[in-house]
Amino acid sequence: MSKPPASNGAPLRTRDIKIIVNTGLARRHAAERRFRWYGLIAISLGLAFVALMFANIIGKGWPAFWQTYVQVPISFDAATLDPEGRRDPNTLASADYAALVRAGLRQVFPTVEGRLPLRALSALVSTDASYELQRRVVADPSLIGTQQEVWLLASAAVDTFVKGNIDRTLVEAERPLKDNQIEWIDQLQAADKIERHFNSVLFQNGDSREPEQAGIRGALMGSFFTLLVTFLLSFPIGVATAVYLEEFAPKNHWTDIIEVNINNLAAVPSIVFGLLGLAVFINFFGLPRSAPLVGGLVLSLMTLPVIIIAGRAALTSVPPSIREAALGMGASKLQMVGHHVLPLAMPGMLTGSIIGMARALGESAPLLMIGMVAFIVDVPKNFLDPATVLPVQIYLWSDLPERAFIERTSAAIMVLLAFMMLMNGLAILLRKRFERRW
Amino acid sequence: MSTPALETQVALNGALNRRAPRPQSASVQVTDYDNRQTVGKLTVDNPKMACRDVNVYYGQKHAIKNVSLDIGANEVIAFIGPSGCGKSTFIRCLNRMNDTIPTARITGLIKLDDDDIHAKEIDVVQLRARVGMVFQKPNPFPKSIYENVAYGPRIHGMVNTKAELDDLVRESLERAGLIKEVEKRMLEPGTSLSGGQQQRLCIARAIAVNPEVILMDEPCSALDPIATAKIEELIDELRENYTIVIVTHSMQQAARVSQRTAYFHLGDLIEIGDTDQIFTNPRHKLTEDYITGRFG
Repeated sequence: MSKPPASNGAPLRTRDIKIIVNTGLARRHAAERRFRWYGLIAISLGLAFVALMFANIIGKGWPAFWQTYVQVPISFDAATLDPEGRRDPNTLASADYAALVRAGLRQVFPTVEGRLPLRALSALVSTDASYELQRRVVADPSLIGTQQEVWLLASAAVDTFVKGNIDRTLVEAERPLKDNQIEWIDQLQAADKIERHFNSVLFQNGDSREPEQAGIRGALMGSFFTLLVTFLLSFPIGVATAVYLEEFAPKNHWTDIIEVNINNLAAVPSIVFGLLGLAVFINFFGLPRSAPLVGGLVLSLMTLPVIIIAGRAALTSVPPSIREAALGMGASKLQMVGHHVLPLAMPGMLTGSIIGMARALGESAPLLMIGMVAFIVDVPKNFLDPATVLPVQIYLWSDLPERAFIERTSAAIMVLLAFMMLMNGLAILLRKRFERRW
Repeated sequence: MSTPALETQVALNGALNRRAPRPQSASVQVTDYDNRQTVGKLTVDNPKMACRDVNVYYGQKHAIKNVSLDIGANEVIAFIGPSGCGKSTFIRCLNRMNDTIPTARITGLIKLDDDDIHAKEIDVVQLRARVGMVFQKPNPFPKSIYENVAYGPRIHGMVNTKAELDDLVRESLERAGLIKEVEKRMLEPGTSLSGGQQQRLCIARAIAVNPEVILMDEPCSALDPIATAKIEELIDELRENYTIVIVTHSMQQAARVSQRTAYFHLGDLIEIGDTDQIFTNPRHKLTEDYITGRFG
């Protein structure tokens, strides 16, 4: 009875299985290799496109971080600036600094005569040059009466030419610089009076119609205020909602409906939230247009579902044994959540929130609806000042034809990407910091 | 016609069963498998907890059927029975842990001393402070050893000063027989301990709030024999001050640590009585079948 019932069946089967497996083996290995190749190809394609994108953006945007300056001898003539000699700030502020710039340029090119050539000569430096002189004199009135070599911001056309983006072989009428201007630039370059400095204007100014004076400070501050409002609203509300729905709410039809709706909200196109914000916050509640407060409110609506969903997922991932342990000790439900479940779910919640915030940072469509697309020169100082945000600034600049704006668009994209990476880095850092071993 | 392998198996079973005395089948009074009336004496002279006609439903499923029994003060009572017999469900009724399951419904009377634990004036927080629980899988909080033990006294406001709390933590760890092992590493995470140590930490955590009853739901099922022996020793010591209810899969363990044993079968309490009597002289055929290893 201990013998196998079919004595000649067993060895046959063993031999068969060996052959069967061996014949299939090559096919299986080939399938595996093929799959690995598909994976490799997909990843390298992805990486190639990312590299291409970065190379393109950085290649275009990098020159924008450097700005051309022209060295001009300026004599701070007391008769022009302060005829009464009282050093009154009002007098100093309203003096004719443009005349100083013109005089300085004529000093460099004394042979230039005539109204048109002189105007062309003045056009070599930015209109901001006279304001720069004004700022210097108001800050330090002792400059009056002295002669200084001053680096003045060059105009956008000069900057573009110096960066090699204007073809001098073109017909004169087809390029922004006239023949005589190119000649002067050549002379200035030969005399080492043209230099490229770090473009601090980009980080200090708000928007401007003159590319050399346009900066992203206004958009950065707008983004900062908007995101602050978004975070302060959506994080506490989102976490509280997730905790309530996951831990306290009874499981019935109402909570089911709420859950389905939250999931649907996360998939609603963001421009719809912009329309909602326009209708509710601006038209109904009468909040100001273009304000970071309203932008933050709208982005909160958009971010909330993401935070709630991430929060609930993080809460469900806390093992039930921890809940039982806390309840078994006589902890109340709120103590169980507050002392144990929430701290353990925090890394997941923070990650979800920061990803939601990063999405809000890159959002432009809903903000167009509430007027944050306006041309705003002043840097916003609070939540109600008119403002724009980085992605909208990029959108605005990308519309402009000047070469200098094209490179500034790429520079602004680089700044935006840097912020995104910063936020994602923060998410990873916080996750590591709060993560606990089980 | 037994094969050598089978003989080894029998020998192994014999070794395992050695400590549980063999029953004498002659004394079985109830031989009808369908008779689910509880056999044995369910009352005691000085009950700590009393359960009468307890029924538990999970939705449509009738998980505990008309169970009545007393839990005596300062005794260790063991609940045994095959998987799915409802012993864990029943033990979780005693501190209302089943409240956390939305579909669970409980009827009948459960008293702790003279208080109905389902009465309105008994808060579940108070009940769980009086009836502590140790779970099947060691589940220390992901905090330091000190914080694990200090948690209960802290949330219940049992101590006023840090020094008092320190003393209480030390004392609890001492009573759980863990102090020597963790004295030097009180601030390390509780999860860094071995499985057996973690379970003793959970016991220390439970006794830190000085409960009247400690419920243990298969406390040794995830532990090796040496850790199990330590826990069993501890249970024996704790009996002086606490009433202990233990659910176990191991009949040997029930025989070793308990004074009374209750045998559950598919939601019915089949038999209850002194541990010695249950293991030597079961009165119900189902009990006999289970403890002789015929099923389960």
